[in-house]
Amino acid sequence: MRDVAIIGVGVTKFGELWNKSFRAIGIEAGMKAMEDANLSGNEVDGIFVGNMSAGRFINQQHIDALIADYSGMATNHVPATRVEAGDASGGVAFRQAVMAVASGMNDVVLVGGAEKMTDLDDTSINAIMDSTADAEWEAGMGVTFAGLHAMIAQRMIHDGTATREEIASFAVNSHFHGALNPNAQFRKAITLDTVLRSGPVATPLGMFDCAPISDGAASVVLCPLEDAKKYTDSYVKVSAVAQASDTLSLSQREDITTYGATVAAAQRAYQQAGITAQDIQVAEVHDNYTVAGIMALQDLGFYKRGEAGKAVLEGRCQVGAGPVAVNTSGGLKARGHPIGATGVAQIVEIAEQLRGSADKRQVENAKYGLAQSSGGMGSAVTVSIMEAI
Amino acid sequence: MSTVAREWREIPGRYNLEGTKCENCGSIFFPARDFCPKCRRAGIGKISRYDVCRRGKVFSFSIVHDAPDFNNMLKPYVVAMVQTDDGVMVSAQLVDVDLDKVAIGMPVRAVLRKLSADGASGVIRYGYKFVPDE
Repeated sequence: MRDVAIIGVGVTKFGELWNKSFRAIGIEAGMKAMEDANLSGNEVDGIFVGNMSAGRFINQQHIDALIADYSGMATNHVPATRVEAGDASGGVAFRQAVMAVASGMNDVVLVGGAEKMTDLDDTSINAIMDSTADAEWEAGMGVTFAGLHAMIAQRMIHDGTATREEIASFAVNSHFHGALNPNAQFRKAITLDTVLRSGPVATPLGMFDCAPISDGAASVVLCPLEDAKKYTDSYVKVSAVAQASDTLSLSQREDITTYGATVAAAQRAYQQAGITAQDIQVAEVHDNYTVAGIMALQDLGFYKRGEAGKAVLEGRCQVGAGPVAVNTSGGLKARGHPIGATGVAQIVEIAEQLRGSADKRQVENAKYGLAQSSGGMGSAVTVSIMEAI
Repeated sequence: MSTVAREWREIPGRYNLEGTKCENCGSIFFPARDFCPKCRRAGIGKISRYDVCRRGKVFSFSIVHDAPDFNNMLKPYVVAMVQTDDGVMVSAQLVDVDLDKVAIGMPVRAVLRKLSADGASGVIRYGYKFVPDE
C-alpha cells in the first residue's frame, strides 16, 4: 500500500444557493481543487463523488456521469463512481478514493461531494432525511430522523451523562467558528439562550440543535505521497481512513447513547496512524444534531462519557481553548450540511488547518487532524486522520 | 405513494408485532429477520415465528413538532422507543396520552391504529401505536 497525500482542496460557499444548479456547484468545487493542486486536468485518472440523493432532490440519477462530463473528464473517459452512504456519502467517497490511490490502481484522483437540497420544499427534504434511518420501521411509523436524535438526547439527560444545556452548547461552539469561516452558511455567533429558546423540532431538541438545509460542494485531489512534491509544496499526508457499520435502525442497538461504528472506526484509524486520540489537535465531527456532536467527542476518545458536554459548554472546544479544537469550519450546524458534500468539506477543513491556511480559525501548530462522518443513525461512519508535512 | 403489495406483505409485523426468533441462540428479532446476525450460518433453518409481547415501558421519547406530511394533522405528537416486557425495542408513536404526562419508565401497550393514507383514493396504512397501560 502506498502512502497518500491531499494536494488540492476546494469548496463552494454553503447555503441556499438558488442561482446555482447541482452541476454548477459540483464543478466549482472541483475546479478550485484542481487549481489548488496546480493540475491541468489530464493527470486525473479517477473520480469519486459523494452524493446522497440527487435522484430525489433534483430528480437526477447517474451523478458520476454528470460530474465526469461537466468536469471535462469524460473526454479522457476517466472512470467516475458515485458513492452513497446517507450523511456519510462524502466520507465514504473520500475513503474509496484513498484506497484507489493507495492500492496503485489510480495515481491522481479527484474526490467530490455535492448536494443540491433547496430545489425541494422542507417537508419533502425531511422525508428524504428520514429515509436514512429505517424507512419501514422508524420513519414509516412516524418516528422522524430528528425524533430519533431527540430520543438519544432524552436518554442522555435521563441517565445523567449530559444536560440539556451541555447538548445545546454544541451549536454555540459551531456558530462561534462559523462566524470565522467565509464559506459558512451562518456567519454569526449565537448564545446558549438562542439554542434553548429556539422553536421545538422534536423535544428536547429545537431548531438550533439541527443542521440546516443547504446546497454546496467540496472537493479534494489525491496522489501518492511520494509524487506530491511534483505538483505542490502545500500538501498533507492521509494517515488513516477507517470505516465501520452498525444496525440501520437505532432500536436494534444495545446502547443508544454511543455510536458503536464511531468507536470502531476511530480505533481502526488510530491504529492505522499509530497515534491516540490525545495526539489530535483539530477535529471535524458530524453534528447534524447537537447531540450527535456530543456523542462523537466521546466515541472518538477525546472525552470520557459524561465529560464531552461539560467541555463544550465551558468553551474548551473553541480554537485555542483546549486540547482539541472541534468543528473549526462551523461544523454541520453553521457551515451548513449539503449532505453529500459534508464529509468532503470536513477533509478540506482539516487539510487547510494542517497546511496553516485556515486564517482566523487557524489552530496553532496542528500536527494531526481528524474527520468523522456519520450516515443515518451512525449506521455508517468514517474516521479519517490527516498529518501535517 | 405506496403500493398495496408493499403494505400488504408487512401486515404480520405491522398489525400483530410478529417477529422471529433464532432457535440456535434464543435472540428475538423485531422487525422479523430470516437470518440471525449473531449465529449467521449456524442459525440458518432455525428461525421461527415469534409474537412480540404487546406490553412494555417507555425507554425514551420525544414530542415531534416538525412532522412528516402524513402526520401533519397530529402534531405535536409523541414518539417513543418502547422496551417490551420480553426485551424487544420498538420505535412507534405514543397516542391517547397527555403530552405533559409522558415519562421514561411509563407502562404502555400496543394498539392497532391508522398510520397514514395516500390521499383520498390511495392505500391506507394501519399498524401499531402505543397507549398508556393503566
